Amino acid sequence: MGKKSFALPYVVWMIGFTIIPLAMIVFYGLTDDTGAFTLENVAAIMTAEHAQALWLSLGLALVSTVICLVLAYPLAMILKSISKNRSSLIVFIFILPMWMNSLLRTMAWQTILSNQGILNLILEFLGLPAVRIINTTGAIIFGMVYDFLPFMVLPIYNVLIKIGQDKVEAARDLGANGVQTFFRVTFPLSMPGVVSGITMVFVPAMTTFVISNLLGGGKILLIGNVIEQAFTSGSNWHLGSGLSLVLMVFIFISMAILAKYDPEGSNVV
Amino acid sequence: MKKRIALLLGLVLVITALAGCSNAEGSQEGEFTPGENGVVKVYNWGDYIDESVIDMFEAETGIEVVYDMFENNEEMYPIIEAGGTVYDAVCPSDYMIAKMIENGLVQEINFDNVPNIEYIGDIHMESARAFDPENKYAVPYTYGTLGIMYNTTMVDEEVTSWDILWDEKYSQSIVMYESVRDSLAPALKMLGYSLNTTDEAELQEATQLLIDQKPLVYSYVMDQIKDLMINGEVALGLAYSGEVLAIQEENPDIAFVVPDEGSNYFVDAWVIPSNAENKENAEAWINFLCRPDIAKMNFEYITYSTPNDGAVELLDQEYLDNKDVFPEDEVIERCEVFNYLGEDMDQLYAELWKQVKAASTN
Repeated sequence: MGKKSFALPYVVWMIGFTIIPLAMIVFYGLTDDTGAFTLENVAAIMTAEHAQALWLSLGLALVSTVICLVLAYPLAMILKSISKNRSSLIVFIFILPMWMNSLLRTMAWQTILSNQGILNLILEFLGLPAVRIINTTGAIIFGMVYDFLPFMVLPIYNVLIKIGQDKVEAARDLGANGVQTFFRVTFPLSMPGVVSGITMVFVPAMTTFVISNLLGGGKILLIGNVIEQAFTSGSNWHLGSGLSLVLMVFIFISMAILAKYDPEGSNVV
Repeated sequence: MKKRIALLLGLVLVITALAGCSNAEGSQEGEFTPGENGVVKVYNWGDYIDESVIDMFEAETGIEVVYDMFENNEEMYPIIEAGGTVYDAVCPSDYMIAKMIENGLVQEINFDNVPNIEYIGDIHMESARAFDPENKYAVPYTYGTLGIMYNTTMVDEEVTSWDILWDEKYSQSIVMYESVRDSLAPALKMLGYSLNTTDEAELQEATQLLIDQKPLVYSYVMDQIKDLMINGEVALGLAYSGEVLAIQEENPDIAFVVPDEGSNYFVDAWVIPSNAENKENAEAWINFLCRPDIAKMNFEYITYSTPNDGAVELLDQEYLDNKDVFPEDEVIERCEVFNYLGEDMDQLYAELWKQVKAASTN
């Protein structure tokens, strides 16, 4: 057996589970019911409902990504500053929930955030007014941040621990204060982690349909929901595939940015 | 109809099948071994049968049952159409059966093999003609109505009209079905239109009503309506009559009404796909389900009204007096069965639903 035959299972895997499905999406996306070539399914993104869903998805994904970044960066700094043993424990606790199915965790939030839910029971107990968050865009952003935060923390943390203390000391030696050191040395050096974190939060947030269904009560239409419904209840695979192709453009843009800032891809978890 | 978490039940079924606890009570000829007379492949709604019925059928006939479940008609149709998985007996709803008949996906049943058809009430065979004009393809299994379910501790007034679903008093306390024809039904009926309208202007008008209603709606869901009603999270919701008994058991404050403007009357019925490989076994299966004692067991488990007169005679008076489960004739008279409206209308309905879903929430 040559060395090449070891690669065979992976080749089969890639062809069967990536190449063929992608080819089918392209085929369905660029044809109509009769099998004739058409750009209609791709152009359908311009209709009012689809364009609105796309912008809303972009907007919510952007907001979630910014919130994740703001939350994750300080945490990664703290993890870097404490001893290895303690930081491993914190990272472990942080990723522990990821071992649970994200669908279940999102459903749990449904119960917590609902009008008669745990959150409002606590607020009521404290004598505070009840909040109505379930089935709003706020709940969706919350769900996205909750589900995707670890994907932001880990790449940033991985980059930060590789930045040698000597570089920071050199900056301080040359007269930079703490704030200057951070913005001129630490932050630029951590960019690869930040960019891969942003990509890993932005892309799934942009394409999700589960979070918007569960925490949005089916009232908020994201582009992922449009595509899902085209395949299920709408039974229009051509439209679903055409819109998926549009969505892929955004993913390719993200990948291109990632490749530019993190050419080794070393920080992707 | 409905749609429960089929996966979970599939698991339950597998476990019960593995446990092999076929308590063949009521079986007269227990000497058959499942499989010796072949198999029957059954495709049914999730949680839409008393599972011990399957064991009893296997024990009595020696036919092995391969049992699969679907969550809604739209999910079932492409599977039968593609023919990748071949089923012998399927239980879709009225309008979907019409679509299957039109597209030649089902075959005529040989009623010589289904003598128990005599127990199905005439009135129900008659309403089945709405989708199976000559009663050749379908054997009614359950029926019911679409109505409003409400929590009597939160709704003081008497509910008689669909317009309560547009009452701002109940803002954020109304749930609708995540299903275009079910959710359009109240709007169409309020406007006095048919549930089977193909007039685009009428449909646009009804869609606009749903868009106006959206700020008041808590969520668009399917099965979750049950939990939301039981927990008192919402006051009002769309519901199929068959769900009501199960919900009332958990929360006695829930009431059900079919509004005066009229509503949808549905029939779920057994059909045999054209490509079935075990047609006679499928007929044996359908015949078994029409046996009064079996129909009674299934009714008591799934609580969707049974069209089986033989079973109705066996039921406790308490069930028969329940107008939610066994509606009076005048209620059925003001209801309409969904018709299949054709491929173009399917697309239009999907388009209209997207408009509702994309509309502003405030």
